[in-house]
Amino acid sequence: MASNALLRLQGVVKTFGTFTALHGVDLDINEGEFFTIVGPSGSGKSTMIRLLVGMDEITDGAIWLRGERIDETPANLRPTCMVFQSLALFPHMSVGQNIEFPLKLRNVAPAARKARALELLDLLHLPRNYYDKRISQCSGGERQRVALARALAFDPEILFFDEPLSALDYRLRKTLEKELKDLHHRTGKTFVYITHSLEEAMVMSDRIAIMKAGRFEQIAVADDIYSRPVSRFVAEFMGEVNLFEVTGGAGTLTGAGLSVGPEARQTELADGEEGLLMVRPEYVQFGDADSHFDYAISGRLLEEYALGSRIQYEVETTDGQIITVEKLREDRASVRLGSDVTLGFDAANTHLIAER
Amino acid sequence: MQKLNNKLGYLSSLPMLAIFAMAFFAPLIVVALFSIMPPKVFSLSNAPDFSAYAVFFQQGYYKSLLWSLGMALASTLVLLVVCWPLAFGMAKVFKGFTLVLTIAVVMSLFVSENIRLFGWVLTLMKGGLIEGHIRAWTGNGFDSPLYGVPIIISGLVYVYLPFMLFPLAQGISMVPDDARQAAADLGATRWQIFTQIDIPLAAPGIVVGCLLSFVLAAGAVAEAKILGGQAVITIADDIETAFTFGQDWPLGSALSVILIVIIGSLALFGVSRVDLDKIMGRKR
Repeated sequence: MASNALLRLQGVVKTFGTFTALHGVDLDINEGEFFTIVGPSGSGKSTMIRLLVGMDEITDGAIWLRGERIDETPANLRPTCMVFQSLALFPHMSVGQNIEFPLKLRNVAPAARKARALELLDLLHLPRNYYDKRISQCSGGERQRVALARALAFDPEILFFDEPLSALDYRLRKTLEKELKDLHHRTGKTFVYITHSLEEAMVMSDRIAIMKAGRFEQIAVADDIYSRPVSRFVAEFMGEVNLFEVTGGAGTLTGAGLSVGPEARQTELADGEEGLLMVRPEYVQFGDADSHFDYAISGRLLEEYALGSRIQYEVETTDGQIITVEKLREDRASVRLGSDVTLGFDAANTHLIAER
Repeated sequence: MQKLNNKLGYLSSLPMLAIFAMAFFAPLIVVALFSIMPPKVFSLSNAPDFSAYAVFFQQGYYKSLLWSLGMALASTLVLLVVCWPLAFGMAKVFKGFTLVLTIAVVMSLFVSENIRLFGWVLTLMKGGLIEGHIRAWTGNGFDSPLYGVPIIISGLVYVYLPFMLFPLAQGISMVPDDARQAAADLGATRWQIFTQIDIPLAAPGIVVGCLLSFVLAAGAVAEAKILGGQAVITIADDIETAFTFGQDWPLGSALSVILIVIIGSLALFGVSRVDLDKIMGRKR
């Protein structure tokens, strides 16, 4: 079967005994993209990557790489490669030997191997004298880079990542996220990354797939996932969000405690159809009786949290719903805790989800 | 305070250390001294001479030594091949069944080695359990496999199996699964994983297992005597004979010293190459 996608999954099913980990998943991954699969633990993302790498066999369906079926091919014969969560560096080999391992398996001459290993050390900003270092002498971040170098030495069609940054501390993780993105640009390789951290996914990815209970909820570019989620699950998974239960009617919509201005036209919902109106905390404004918002709602300011560059507010509406508002520190609202406030947001910054 | 405690600790362990040192070194020293006495004397108050060592070469005792070392080497290699799959299973595959296997293997140690070997003799001898039954049913008998070098090596393999199996399983359990998977992912075949990941990472277990079974097998007597029917004489047998029937303590001592030096240096070399702390589960 020919296909333009570099990697194509067709109805991939994976069961363990009576438990179904993947329910017939379809997926196309394009050449050169940074594709991230995000999901909570137990969503099937780890199962997915094990199948893609060839460490587990699919129960049903097919996997194609450049139009060639690879689901029956064992891991060591697939032209793909993975960076493990544990990194899985070989403790009995030096940094150089680790990087050269895939080349040695292909009987590349020692001089050529070493030259390539040094090139990769340069590429990953590791000093060349690390070539002879032992793995146990490397820090966490350095090991990460060695694992990457080893995977790149393999020169894979697709480089898979199984949450390789999850064990690192926050600052190092942030640095490496950017380095990975940079590396993706410089190598032009196809990266497929698995993580439970949406933040990680947002920083690095071209496209993101959100997984839930063995299915893809949504596959889209990061911006779309963030501002146009298809479901409550995706909306809530992608960070703080405010969701209002609304009902369509007469070309507009109604929701408890929500006053809807004349300009707010929501034609997506039919009369009587139910949906969720989503607005992210940074688009919610503080207003007063004179403000004109497409949507407005009143409540009482409960809490204020300092999040560094931003301030987060929690407002309880008269119906008891908690609304989250975020402002940049410089736009800090001068509202006292416990006082009554009016909140509003524009229709352009909202998104309607056709489910409850 | 801490310093004083340390000092007192060393001080209070001194009596036991002294006893251990004496119990370990005294016999060695006596044997070493006797080995340089003239033939057939029973006292150390003689002028030293090295005639006992000359006898080792002149009267063919070196052949016994070579037989012992050769059979020990052969049995160690057979054990390595036989135990690897089993140890791999115990460390990586069997899960709960590993305990059953461990108990079964350890249980065999509860019965004296000699009795187990005689059990084999009764099983394998002409007219024994196997040949006797077959002859009774079919009318055709066959020669007993007893009284030869192969059966001695089999006996060594049988008796010293636990000493190879358990260190090997321990060594293999130290090979991280993800390292094996990563190697496969990077294109390694099963054989390449075996040679480049399994063997080097399980090396401490391999070295300890080989040392134990080789050292024990090199000093073994019973297998050659009982199963081998003295088809070959082992060096340990020669030593025993020299001390008992031969009444030649210097000769027995000289043979012992030769064996101790060879095996001791082998053991020290082996132990110096592996990280024993690692295999005992302690982190550095």
